[in-house]
Amino acid sequence: MSRVTLLSLQVLVAVVAIAAWHVLTTVPILGVTVLPPFFFSTPADVFGRVVQWFVEGSIWRHLWITLVEAMLAFVIGSVAGVLIGFWFARQPLIAAVFDPYVKMMNALPRVVLAPIFALWLGLGIWSKVALGVTLVFFIVFFNVYQGVKEVSPTVLANARMLGMNERQLMRHVYWPSALSWMFSSLHTSVGFAVVGAVVGEYLGSAAGLGYIIQQAEGVFDVAGVFAGMFVLAAFVILIDAVVSLVEKRLLVWRPVAAETRT
Amino acid sequence: MQESGAALRTTIAPAAPAVALGDVTIAFRLGGNAVYTAVEQASLSVADGEFVAIVGPTGCGKSTLLNVAAGLLAPSAGTAAIFGHPLAGLNRQAGYLFQAEALFPWKTARENVAIGLEVAGTSRAEAQRRAEDWLGRVGLNAFGGRYPHMLSGGQRKRVGLAQVLIRDPKILLMDEPFGPLDAQTRQIMGNLLLDLWTADRKAVLFVTHDLEEAIALSDRVVIMSAGPAARIIGDWPVRLPRPRDIAEVKLDAAFHALHREIWNTLKEEVLKGYAQTGGG
Repeated sequence: MSRVTLLSLQVLVAVVAIAAWHVLTTVPILGVTVLPPFFFSTPADVFGRVVQWFVEGSIWRHLWITLVEAMLAFVIGSVAGVLIGFWFARQPLIAAVFDPYVKMMNALPRVVLAPIFALWLGLGIWSKVALGVTLVFFIVFFNVYQGVKEVSPTVLANARMLGMNERQLMRHVYWPSALSWMFSSLHTSVGFAVVGAVVGEYLGSAAGLGYIIQQAEGVFDVAGVFAGMFVLAAFVILIDAVVSLVEKRLLVWRPVAAETRT
Repeated sequence: MQESGAALRTTIAPAAPAVALGDVTIAFRLGGNAVYTAVEQASLSVADGEFVAIVGPTGCGKSTLLNVAAGLLAPSAGTAAIFGHPLAGLNRQAGYLFQAEALFPWKTARENVAIGLEVAGTSRAEAQRRAEDWLGRVGLNAFGGRYPHMLSGGQRKRVGLAQVLIRDPKILLMDEPFGPLDAQTRQIMGNLLLDLWTADRKAVLFVTHDLEEAIALSDRVVIMSAGPAARIIGDWPVRLPRPRDIAEVKLDAAFHALHREIWNTLKEEVLKGYAQTGGG
């Protein structure tokens, strides 16, 4: 399928969905409005709200806060994940000792941590960053761990036969392999950084996209909720596009994007 | 003339063989108390500058024996000596060309070739320059900037050959290096290998399951029996003139006579090997 056909089909899906939403909320069928606008708003209202936010400029501050929180969560979580993943993979004893605790912490739904973080770190950005870090860390950690563990034995034997010492093995074999696994999970980890930020804001904050949505919900402003969701969706797609660019640049040596472990 | 060349070499070469395996036994512990003996009491020596091929049925432990010579695997019993010195740890004098993909996928062809020099302390610029030179020798001038996945199977083997040879090892260990390639590419790679080897004769231990390839390339063909507990059951000198062309030497009458002679021994073992491994 050509790019143009694909793109037109993708647009078609959006058009059909929005048209259906518009018809069902504004045109009475047999005297009954199937989706009452009070509960479902209308595309025109939502669109109007989004435009209003951008015209007034009030949205920029919220977007910026969410972006900063997500970026911080991503960077801190990734650095910690790479370091500890590497350490565990090279020290099987440490990995074995901590294994049940890592699994326990990973199995914990991170949402329950949000109030604790708010308590510890206040309602500012750092409680949201902390929530994002707990999500990003495990994705990166598991991928790096796997990347170091799953270096091809042949490549490793070859490296040794070519005269590499431990330090050089680290630099030329383990490190690139671990990083490639981490990069292959970039989409997931960046996505989770945003999720952490927004959920954190939703549960208690004074700014950010999650805060807007939460505020609108509080006053039954359905148009505001949907508008917040649309801005969030566009924001995530934009970030994802940037990640794709970065990935293409960094994983130029890869035949196809490898599967991602989450 | 060929004979005199060989004689000359023997006078220059040191007395100790490049590789000497004495009564090497290799056993692996399976689950529980079971022990699998892959190779039993194999003795083999490769003189400096000699090209020796090991041929045997699938799964007979040829590669295992090669790993002992490389120092990647310690034998359960027996001795391994390199130029007269007992081998402890990795064999630093040897280059190893693997059967499976062994290039670093995150490095370009040029970086892959240069890495052996770089880790030995050569400056990056100098290593890259010599890598470029070696890429030329294996016919890959234009491909230095490509990553392994952008190269064909044959091209990757060429890079692998350059990667090993750039370090100028005294011994070359090759584990069915051309196994995964198609027939034509194998022939081309065989000739390339012979060209490079003729230019600078190293001791070569070449493992293959292809008897024709073994005779066409080597000075001596060693036959291993079917595993488990594979042994060395035959040793034939190959007295075909060099330089050889792989395709032409196979038309030689002497080649056919030798092939028939060795095959008579090998055939039984191949059948035994099939029976034991279920044809796999």
